[in-house]
Amino acid sequence: MKNRKYFAMWALLGALMLVAAACGDDDGGETGGGGGTSATGGVVDCAADEFGCVEVQAGEPILLGGILTISADTAYLGTDAQHGVELAIDYLDGTFDATPGQLLGHDVEFQVEDETGTGGVCSTDGGQAAATAISAAPDVVAVIGTSCSSAALGVADQIMSDKGILLVSPSNTNPGLTSEEAHEPFYARTAHNDKIQGAIVAEFVFNELGLTTAATINDESPYADGLAAAFRDNFEALGGTITGIEAVNSADTQLEPVLTSLAQGEPEAVYGPNFPPVCGLTLLQGADIFPAGTVFLGSDGCLETSFVGQVGDPPADYYASSPDTTAFQGGDFYSNEYSPAFKEQYGTQTSVFNAHAFDAANVIFDAIEAVAADDGSGNLTISRTALKDAFFATSGYEGMTGIITCTPLGDCATDVTIGIFKYPHWDVEGGVEPIKPVYSDTKSLDEVI
Amino acid sequence: MGTATEERQERGAQLGRLERLPWRKIILIVLSILIVSIVAIGAFRTLTLPPDQRYAPAAWRDFIVLGVAQGAIYALVALGYTLVYGILRMINFAHGEVFMFGAFAAFFFSDAYERSGFLDANPWASIAIMLVVAMLTSMGVAVLLERVAYRPLRNAPRLVPLITAIGASLFLQNSARGFFGAQTRGFGVPTILDGTWTVLGLTVDRIQAVVLLTVVVAVILLSTFISKTTTGKSMRAVAADSEIASLMGIRVDRVIVTTFAIGGLLAGIAAVLFSMTFQAVDYTMGFRIGIAAFTAAVLGGIGSIWGAALGGISLGLLQSLGPALILTGYAIPSPFQLKDAFTFLVLVLVLIFRPGGLLGSGEAEKV
Repeated sequence: MKNRKYFAMWALLGALMLVAAACGDDDGGETGGGGGTSATGGVVDCAADEFGCVEVQAGEPILLGGILTISADTAYLGTDAQHGVELAIDYLDGTFDATPGQLLGHDVEFQVEDETGTGGVCSTDGGQAAATAISAAPDVVAVIGTSCSSAALGVADQIMSDKGILLVSPSNTNPGLTSEEAHEPFYARTAHNDKIQGAIVAEFVFNELGLTTAATINDESPYADGLAAAFRDNFEALGGTITGIEAVNSADTQLEPVLTSLAQGEPEAVYGPNFPPVCGLTLLQGADIFPAGTVFLGSDGCLETSFVGQVGDPPADYYASSPDTTAFQGGDFYSNEYSPAFKEQYGTQTSVFNAHAFDAANVIFDAIEAVAADDGSGNLTISRTALKDAFFATSGYEGMTGIITCTPLGDCATDVTIGIFKYPHWDVEGGVEPIKPVYSDTKSLDEVI
Repeated sequence: MGTATEERQERGAQLGRLERLPWRKIILIVLSILIVSIVAIGAFRTLTLPPDQRYAPAAWRDFIVLGVAQGAIYALVALGYTLVYGILRMINFAHGEVFMFGAFAAFFFSDAYERSGFLDANPWASIAIMLVVAMLTSMGVAVLLERVAYRPLRNAPRLVPLITAIGASLFLQNSARGFFGAQTRGFGVPTILDGTWTVLGLTVDRIQAVVLLTVVVAVILLSTFISKTTTGKSMRAVAADSEIASLMGIRVDRVIVTTFAIGGLLAGIAAVLFSMTFQAVDYTMGFRIGIAAFTAAVLGGIGSIWGAALGGISLGLLQSLGPALILTGYAIPSPFQLKDAFTFLVLVLVLIFRPGGLLGSGEAEKV
């Protein structure tokens, strides 16, 4: 009897909640019907959009989401991108004055979820948790992220595409994300595709350094795996020989046995496009194992401040590849306005991906301006599919990092200049002047695919 | 009628004989033959690879030396697990963080000494100071942990302090992240430890020689302390039966604190050796080595000092030598990425045959 009484009470409460929900005001947020007139004069038919529209009421901010690694070992990557987006919001009024500008008369709110996983680095589990959290916000218009390819590939890109939320990464570089087989329809990136970076590193080692044998060592991340594979393919295509391929876990500290195994092939170069601390450990432990004169290389995952703190004086020659900031399309704008503003507001830049994040945010803002419908009272209606289509239609956009033209598979940085920087002449805190690449080359995606 | 009954009885007798067969033993024998065959075939195929694909003798020597040096550090940390388990029958999962705090304490001194040039000017004094600082810090954290987190739960069911230990581990780890930041720090090593020494015709890195020597001395001192001193005998008495020890006038709480303190001291030594070997300190380092050291303690026989030492060395060798020796023979690409899978497979197999570990009682015990 007592149970029945409680059941009736809970049932009544549930029914009341349902009625309240049905009668409540739809105060902003996602909608599946209705419509409006777009900023460009077109009519937005939300009912026809499989994923509906986002409505932004007058006076409410446009919500931009972020899935970035902002804690633990890979925090440098995510916080750097976060600052790039914040600067883009700042620059909406045309000046870097530490005061956010407005988009279509609305503030832009940037809500970041941390993609750092249980291992203290960005990973699949972190990407899933952050993507689930951010996609639960009904009024999120678009998302900038993820920081790491592992958090996106088959995880965040899928979760966002299933909900029709545009996801633009400033630092995912794994080729698989924009491949025919794996690309998710709402995923794009302003970061370069590692097929380009791998090709340029291979050319540097083979043509510039004149080395004909190399070994690769990569951790379990799709970033490291994809980049090492791109290097091997290009190095062998140039006529080089790969003497060994090894994989480690990003949490490993004792790399000596695996390096001893690689040393058996007597490679002249060891390429480890990983993350700290594995990058530094490869150099510190490898310098004692490989013969003097062996060259060590990493890529943009290694080129950051903690490497400098970990390694100190280099025990052997070490190079890292990265987008060449000295060749950015923005040129004067980057050097004279953006970079000083960044340093003034946040201190030293810790990676180059903040520039890609700045571009990603600006292209998203342009896409929003192109498709948002204003009802005349400042209420905006943004069709999710139209926003995605507008973003993917971007062509010839003069971004700070270069000309941005999006392919149907989501690669927007189609012409990329990669520089090879010799340690310690890196553009990070603790780097030593002169900070300029020892080698730089520009390639288009068409050249390497 | 009679024939049918006899047939049923005969079938019953046959089934009875089948049931009486020692199936567990048979399965274990078949399994052991299978494992030994897989290992032997893998090793044979590795060692008989064509000369240009074969590992050089120097590489095998390096694998062994590296494995023993790494295993020695595991052993020092494993001793902390095994001592506490011996006394309290409890797994102190926060012991890895005790190690990590010692490493950070030593790092601050190493960093300052490196900047000032004191590290290379007075290398042995620097190492001694770092050891003392790390030992005291780790001991302090271990004693505090016992006082705050474990002593109030002394009479609680065994699962309660186990969960508390996991909670304490996460608390300490995140506190370290808050205090010291998430970045990996480079650990300064005196230049006197660069290069190699030749010991009995064997060339070993100086740092590895220092690690091995320190661990051997520490284990011998600990073993002597446990077997010869009054406090050591009290520890053994409490480990055997804490209630009777208490009735005999032994102050159990003091013995338990001493046990945690000794575990902390050893973790502090391990922290300096580990940091000098791998030149990296970060807030997650305790968790990673904690798992390895706990595995070593179980492998060797948890509760046994020499078991922890043997387990540590075995684990280090398995991780260093196993992938190269066994997996290369099966042409598995990038064999070292399976290092942990291979190591834990071996652990499971050892425990199937010897549930108490290599030097344990041979019987399984519920933790």
